[in-house]
Amino acid sequence: MENSRMEQRTQLQHINVKLLVKNPVEVDLEPLIPVFHDWIQDPLPGELLLDIADYRHVPAGPGVVLIGHEGDYSVDNTDNRLGVRYNRKAALNGSNEDRLKQAARAAFTAFRRLETDPRLAGKLRFNGQEIEIFINDRLLAPNSDATREVADSDFRAFSQMLFRGNEYSMTYDTDRRRLFRVSLKSARPFSVGDLLEALG
Amino acid sequence: MKASNSMWAEKLAGKLPESLAREIDIFETEVALRKQGKIDERLFAETRLRRGIYGQRYDNGQRHNGKAVQQVAYPSGALTKGPNTMWDAPGMQRIKIPGGGLDAGQLETMADLAEEYSDGIAHVTTRQDFQLHYVHIDDTPSLMRRLAAAGITTREACGNSVRNVTACPYAGVCPDEAFDVTPYSRAMSKFLLGHPDCQNFGRKFKPAFSGCSQHACGLASMHDIGMIGVTRIENGKEKRGFETYVGGGLGAVPYQAKLFDTFVPPEELLPLTQAIARVFAARGEKKNRSRARIKFLIQDLGIEKFKELVLEERKNLPHDPRWTEFVTQAEKFQETPLRPGGKAPLLGTQAFQQWVKTNTRPQKQDGYVVVTIALPLGDITANQLRALADSARRFTKETIRTTVEQNIVLRWVSQTDLQELHKSLHAAGLADPGAGTIVDVAACPGTDTCKLGISSSRGLAAELRRRLAEKSFQLDESVQNLHIKISGCFNSCGQHHVADMGFYGVSRKMSGYAVPHFQVVLGGEWDHNGGTYGLPVIAIPSKNIPEVVTRLTDRYAANRQHAESFKDFIKRMGKVELKKMLEDLARPPADPSDRSYFSDWGDPREYSLSDMGIGECAGEVVSAVEFDLAAAERELFEAQVAWEGGQIEQAGATAYKSMLRAAKALVKIETQNITDDPKQIVGEFRARFYDTQKFFDPFAGGKFAQYLFAAQEKSDEPATQDSARYLIDEAQLFIDAAHSCYNRIGTTASV
Repeated sequence: MENSRMEQRTQLQHINVKLLVKNPVEVDLEPLIPVFHDWIQDPLPGELLLDIADYRHVPAGPGVVLIGHEGDYSVDNTDNRLGVRYNRKAALNGSNEDRLKQAARAAFTAFRRLETDPRLAGKLRFNGQEIEIFINDRLLAPNSDATREVADSDFRAFSQMLFRGNEYSMTYDTDRRRLFRVSLKSARPFSVGDLLEALG
Repeated sequence: MKASNSMWAEKLAGKLPESLAREIDIFETEVALRKQGKIDERLFAETRLRRGIYGQRYDNGQRHNGKAVQQVAYPSGALTKGPNTMWDAPGMQRIKIPGGGLDAGQLETMADLAEEYSDGIAHVTTRQDFQLHYVHIDDTPSLMRRLAAAGITTREACGNSVRNVTACPYAGVCPDEAFDVTPYSRAMSKFLLGHPDCQNFGRKFKPAFSGCSQHACGLASMHDIGMIGVTRIENGKEKRGFETYVGGGLGAVPYQAKLFDTFVPPEELLPLTQAIARVFAARGEKKNRSRARIKFLIQDLGIEKFKELVLEERKNLPHDPRWTEFVTQAEKFQETPLRPGGKAPLLGTQAFQQWVKTNTRPQKQDGYVVVTIALPLGDITANQLRALADSARRFTKETIRTTVEQNIVLRWVSQTDLQELHKSLHAAGLADPGAGTIVDVAACPGTDTCKLGISSSRGLAAELRRRLAEKSFQLDESVQNLHIKISGCFNSCGQHHVADMGFYGVSRKMSGYAVPHFQVVLGGEWDHNGGTYGLPVIAIPSKNIPEVVTRLTDRYAANRQHAESFKDFIKRMGKVELKKMLEDLARPPADPSDRSYFSDWGDPREYSLSDMGIGECAGEVVSAVEFDLAAAERELFEAQVAWEGGQIEQAGATAYKSMLRAAKALVKIETQNITDDPKQIVGEFRARFYDTQKFFDPFAGGKFAQYLFAAQEKSDEPATQDSARYLIDEAQLFIDAAHSCYNRIGTTASV
């Protein structure tokens, strides 16, 4: 009983993946709103997208959020670090690797759609190197040494696969009150397409 | 939805008050039973509402994409959490904060919940609550447990119950107050929560406390029960008490509260409120929701009769020791500072100086100030909540309150710490200046998330805020201190009636298309606990509202006489002049290819495009209806002018006439055989539009038609100043509803 409970608590559920944007000062979030409205009409298979929450007025906030049933998309400015973020809300079966891949694929696909949308005039671009991963559940993954210890191997394996064995660094956020977060930074730049391909 | 939902009960075992833990367990069981179809959807809806869980826009499984209504395929299929409310549709969780009082740990809890169950934002409301949006019903038991572990309940945050007991956020530190009302408001909140005498109301019941009569902070005049702290000398000793008001409220038709008693001693505070609750439960309307607030009961009975009934009930109440248990402690209640007070020269950057000017106010305790954290549209991020918690711990004894202006205040800040506090807040993006000024626009959720929203109150508020912030410190001093408040519909959650410039959402047709509009409401008063309510002047397309604000403020700055208030300026200008100043903004765009009018702020979808009527024949009828509805509005305007000029009889009669004209306009869609006989108009209207429910608003039902029926019944009675005023407001709502009805008929015709 105790073992199964421990096992459940090391599950990485509700994974968020955020890709940081190059030259964030160039990015105007207003054109995102019609783009996201179109996504509601034309979602990816298996996705239900519902509404848009506009928080452009909030400093260092969630920006513009596309609310979905299974997950939310946003161009998020938390910590004044602008990026395209996917927040998986529905629990997923499978392994931690499966769940990391699902969230990453959703974030990368969204970024690619935005990069190529003419309404954003090519200004929303991946900075090529920085990805943040959050676990949005403090009970399953408190931001503690213990979680870091248990989950470290999952993140290392995921980074190896994503950056195709190239050099990278991993930094954990150690503020215990905040969500569990690891920042990955590759030594060399990748395109969003490269990253998507790496997921297989 | 959360994988951890099943684990929170165990994790927090023993950390919740037993009664709350049991209640949440029961609710969790009810959730499970509803999923199995073992609880009726209506019963479950009331169950969740009484725990603060609301529906949100699109929860009926339909969404308009700008071209057509589309079905939303929620995964749980036909399972509902209330009538026409799909199970999987995101909802809103309202969280009661009695008197707005919070500690740092509670801010941190709010931060965690905003991130994990909502969209990263916590929203402060105009009644000192917090709201989290886009919450899944399956997550709510865990969310409630985590709140309960932090000492917060969502119980009775909605439903026909006693809502959050609000109180002046400056209570205890305001130089102008009689005494600190905080412990009394807390005692009332605790006493009424779940009280058996408060479980059978026909509608909600909102209490408020204020420490003085001159400021706005407690808004006691617009509540079901308003308590204003007063003192008097008895046997040579100062005695505390409450000037007690009842039957106030905004809503569609605003009512000023009536004085119940000039001095209710603390020992009588709770039993008197209990007696009022009993009378409201026993005598208040139950079937007709639009007449079920206590303000209608008091209007029908008259304040003297109501008072007689309450005092009779009071005599019969069985004694309850809780009535007086708190009184001795309340008199001793005193918050204390963390750090020594002191005076320091307020030197610093221009940003610091501006912030000090608008966001700080001296306390009655020498050397201390209250600092206001101005939240744009009431929104605050999870990280900002944590940063604020840090500041509250560093500079105060966690003396935090939310305000009815959708802000947060930190009390007991030593003036010597202002520079450092400003730095900390600035680093967290919480040092915006302009608190309580024209920039600090308040707005309800409107069409962003509210099912009742007609126009985008938050979209407009954000736009006004952006424009005004750019020039705020260049604005004339008299303009800087004005208040703007916006509601997405007539229900007044944005408190538009008590603003200098208030706006509420309505829709109108232009060139055959529905266009989002706002009614411009002018002449309200924020001070004196919301002492005067504004009146509608004209409906203007949403996209022209910023120009309305510019014209009014420019004119006020240029033509203000001496220290004339905006309310007095509006009165002096008069409705005729005001309308003349704004009426060109009500016209369709000169360039017909300009489509910007046909969508709302922050929402690019074409606004109710499917409302467009089709066909030549329908087009002719449409023109006639529009013409008649415009005539009804003109008549109503004349009624307002008459009321303003003290011609009360004429005002009442003209308002009634405007309703008849609007009703006749609709009747003429179906038959031309209609005379000007009021009986025939009302009879035909009732048969064709009320009995058939064609006039029914999707949410308000037949409420506005009942205004017409009541007006007809009372048409022979002499008008009073109050009754004429109410009739004008009701006529406005009836005409707005006639516009909506006509728009819906257009939709039906086009399908």
